[in-house]
Amino acid sequence: MIDVHNDEKLLKVLLKDDPDITIEDALDNEMVINMGPQHPATHGVLRLVLRLDGETVVNTVPELGYLHRGYEKMAEAMSFNEFIPHTDRLDYTSTMSNNVAYALAVEKLLGIEAPKRAQYIRMIIAEISRIMGHLVAIGTFAMDVGAVTMVLWTFREREKIQNIYDRVAGARFTTSYTRIGGVASDFDDVAVKMTKEFLDEFDHTMDDFEKLLNTNKIFIGRLEGIGVLTKEDAIAFGVTGPNLRASGVQYDIRRANPYLYYSDMDFNVPVFTEGDCLARYFVRVDEVRESIKILRQLLDKIPQGEIIANLPKKVLPHKAEIYSRMEKLIHDFMIVNFGVNPPVGDTYFSVENPKGELGFYFVSNGSGHPWKLKIRSPSFCNLQALPKMCNGQMISDVIAIIGSIDPVMGEADK
Amino acid sequence: MEYKELLLNKLNEFKEGVVLEFTDFRDDASITLAPENLIPVCTFLKNDPDLEFLICKDVTAIDWAARKNRFTAVYHIYSFKLSSFLRIKVNLSGNDPSVDSVTSVWKGADWYERETYDMYGIIFKGHPDLRRMYMPEAFEYYPLRKEFPVMGIPGSIPLPSKD
Repeated sequence: MIDVHNDEKLLKVLLKDDPDITIEDALDNEMVINMGPQHPATHGVLRLVLRLDGETVVNTVPELGYLHRGYEKMAEAMSFNEFIPHTDRLDYTSTMSNNVAYALAVEKLLGIEAPKRAQYIRMIIAEISRIMGHLVAIGTFAMDVGAVTMVLWTFREREKIQNIYDRVAGARFTTSYTRIGGVASDFDDVAVKMTKEFLDEFDHTMDDFEKLLNTNKIFIGRLEGIGVLTKEDAIAFGVTGPNLRASGVQYDIRRANPYLYYSDMDFNVPVFTEGDCLARYFVRVDEVRESIKILRQLLDKIPQGEIIANLPKKVLPHKAEIYSRMEKLIHDFMIVNFGVNPPVGDTYFSVENPKGELGFYFVSNGSGHPWKLKIRSPSFCNLQALPKMCNGQMISDVIAIIGSIDPVMGEADK
Repeated sequence: MEYKELLLNKLNEFKEGVVLEFTDFRDDASITLAPENLIPVCTFLKNDPDLEFLICKDVTAIDWAARKNRFTAVYHIYSFKLSSFLRIKVNLSGNDPSVDSVTSVWKGADWYERETYDMYGIIFKGHPDLRRMYMPEAFEYYPLRKEFPVMGIPGSIPLPSKD
């Protein structure tokens, strides 16, 4: 029987600054505590082993893998279409943007493109889910540092977004809305109206949020100057998304390598230079505002047309057609049983998700299953900078720092 | 298109014939290097003022199962200056696959290499802290290798004892 619950190596890393010390020596005047995996402030199942001197954190070792489901292994045994529902479970606070990222990555590998209306719908849902992801981030972050009202307010708004999801995808949470070559159902006039109404109300709600938090002395006091990540460190650790922009790097994939129709949109990329927890909060708030701006443009401009590409060998036909037309039934049979067979090669495609850069790296050997799928998940990469931010801070700040990084363990553990 | 020419010219200037293979599938620039050239080329790509590949976005590997060089280590690096990424591939032999760690060049490669070690059993020489990322430390298998079954191996992770 192997001993899988042995932390010897982990403790060695925790004590690595003084190679001569043993854990018993260290415990004379220091304390080693285990935070998580069952801890309400770790946003899931993140485990941190902290070495404390009094209340000051000396060293932090994050341990991942408590939610490891082996999606990369499972993807190798599935066809490209079958994996779409699993992308919901990566970053489960903003399911739609994962769906969009995956569909775009497969389309890049196949060399096909969805119709313009489908691309616009994808942008709309990606931006709505960015708002949704940031609402959870802001709400839980504020709750972690003591402002419990926020989480109720943001989840109330999130419910309204889920009503829009319900209308377009038929599910409130695990949407699985995109298809390879388009989207599953139309973003109809009712959905457009719902989104417009939501945005009109939400503008004022955001003002309320900001009024509640930005003048809250305790909230500001607990975040200002805490967990500073310098520009150089942020780049060196491969941090992306709002966390990178809070450290003063103006890098947003929607701007740097525009995908979909983001090059036609008018929006700013909010950047703060302080790199502390407060800056990370401000970046998220400003990004929500920018997403509202993008959504208004999209809803005005959304073109008419098809929502799924007319490529019978690559794109699943609609269910109603399968029951009524023989050739559609044949195509459906071939795609479901043998897959879409992309050419031999490998592609990497990444999008700007609420948490950062979500990338999919496919290796295809020409068969219906990917030979390899690698998910480059932003939460995983952002968590890598956690020890750098925590070391030297107080133990109560660790909670604020985790909240400000906003990791989702479903994505970090894959 | 220009940045790919610039990149290839620069690399040829740096060392003649260092790029064993260059592919451009779906507009993704990808170069293959010999294992011994990995660190010098990565250092060059990061520090050259015209290229500045400052971010290592991802490290992973491919298990080809039947090939002579069974594993390929894959690195994705990004340059803010060129607004584009580059894929570096290094082919490794199947028995005791190992390659130099790029953590000396990009600090952020630390966890990605740990993950690759965890999943494929590739040893990254010179890595500061090569522990398993997701699986328990004493786990004996490498899950993303092709011989590992999708359903897992029953009993390979024992449950904690009840006392």
